[in-house]
Amino acid sequence: MIRTEAISKSFGKLNVLRELSVQLEAGRVVAVIGPNGSGKTTFIKTLLGMVIPDRGRVLFNNQTITKQHTYRSQIGYMPQIGHYPVNLKIKQLFEMMIDIRKDATMQLDEDLVAAFQLKALFEKPLGTLSGGTKQKVSAALAFLFNPSVLILDEPTAGLDPLSSEVLKKKIQKEYQKGKLILITSHVMSDLDELATDVLYLQDGSVQFYKTITELKLETGESKLGRVIAQLMSKIPQMS
Amino acid sequence: MNKITKYVLYDIIRNRFVMGYTLLLLVIGMSFFSFESDPNKGLLSLLNIILMVVPLVSIIFSTIHFYNSYEFIELMSAQPMSRKAIFLSEYMGVATSLSLAFLVGVGLPTLAFGGGESSLILIMSGFLLTLSFVSLAFLASVITRDKAKGIGLALVIWFYFSLVYDGLVLSILFSFNDYPLEKAMLLLTALNPTDLARIMVLMKMDISALMGFTGAVFQDFFSTNYGLLVAIFILMGWVVLPITIASQIFQRKDL
Repeated sequence: MIRTEAISKSFGKLNVLRELSVQLEAGRVVAVIGPNGSGKTTFIKTLLGMVIPDRGRVLFNNQTITKQHTYRSQIGYMPQIGHYPVNLKIKQLFEMMIDIRKDATMQLDEDLVAAFQLKALFEKPLGTLSGGTKQKVSAALAFLFNPSVLILDEPTAGLDPLSSEVLKKKIQKEYQKGKLILITSHVMSDLDELATDVLYLQDGSVQFYKTITELKLETGESKLGRVIAQLMSKIPQMS
Repeated sequence: MNKITKYVLYDIIRNRFVMGYTLLLLVIGMSFFSFESDPNKGLLSLLNIILMVVPLVSIIFSTIHFYNSYEFIELMSAQPMSRKAIFLSEYMGVATSLSLAFLVGVGLPTLAFGGGESSLILIMSGFLLTLSFVSLAFLASVITRDKAKGIGLALVIWFYFSLVYDGLVLSILFSFNDYPLEKAMLLLTALNPTDLARIMVLMKMDISALMGFTGAVFQDFFSTNYGLLVAIFILMGWVVLPITIASQIFQRKDL
């Protein structure tokens, strides 16, 4: 579904991505993990066309994404921290997104709007919302247009335990529909529940990309957190 | 494209700063016209204030607004929209709201008390000045990712056009005062949107006699409809050119 071919990106002298090639298929939940500064965010932004790679290319359904924007109608993106225009009401933000993305035949997926009870807050300006509520808004927007790819950057950070469970259930539901879901998170227990594969980045290149079952067998551990800890200790640290 | 503009506009109109700006202009406009019995004098005082305040507020507010909207612009660029459409809608939203503030704050009192052709020229040039400094602000904002540097750059641009440029022109005049510089002065004026706006209004007010021989040359040129049209056209260039360059930079930029 999404393929990157040897993408490289550097900011000044810093090589953030080095010849990164990876193939992401529909029907998988891929956990993108790696130490801070390993290029996770840049990798995600490259898929969304926010960062333009210096070399290499990104293919979405075998079409290059360079200078394209229509492919993004198939992607739902939930940013790490949502900053919205402060005087805009939640309702207006939803109206705007619907204006931009909805076509006549599309069925809106309002599961999360209902589960997070956002309708009750619809008249509130976005500037008055707490961080957690903004996260709920971001999540609801990412799922609203029933996209075939979901890219979630730290989705459960800042959510209360109840909402976090709601979101995880929703992610599992979408996975069962055969979507491709990319998650970055530092919460290993969440990823253990949700992910089918682990894409481990280090210094801008793929350290390993394997299914969770495979990894557990290899290391003999039963928890993802321990699996990763064991593997990380074996990886030679470059800098 | 106007799908985003509408909501950017909703957001800014409810912004306290823009409300305050409108009110400030309204108070200044009203008071100048009520202090002076001669509406032309009121207009002249108003012009001097506008030439300082409008560019300053336009460029600083727009720059700050752009940096504060950065995450929102990022989120928009993850939607099926081209970078160009996102950038221009953002520009349209900011430019429309500040123009509205200007038209209400300065336009209403000027039309009510001033009247006449010179008032219309004042409103017109202030409006174009707003658009042009918002345009310059967007250019400053895409050049650097750092908010402090961006605002600094915006301030430098304002300083340059509002204060430094006139000093430079004066020193050129003094150094070369043995030569006929009238035509050159026309060109130099075109290179600064603030000066262009000033000259456009002054020439409609028949006070160019105070400006000596250069004033006479200016009068010959700008008081004709042809000259005025050229001036408006060049001022529009000061709107279109910076935003076009900025849009090009934004399309290749990493967010």
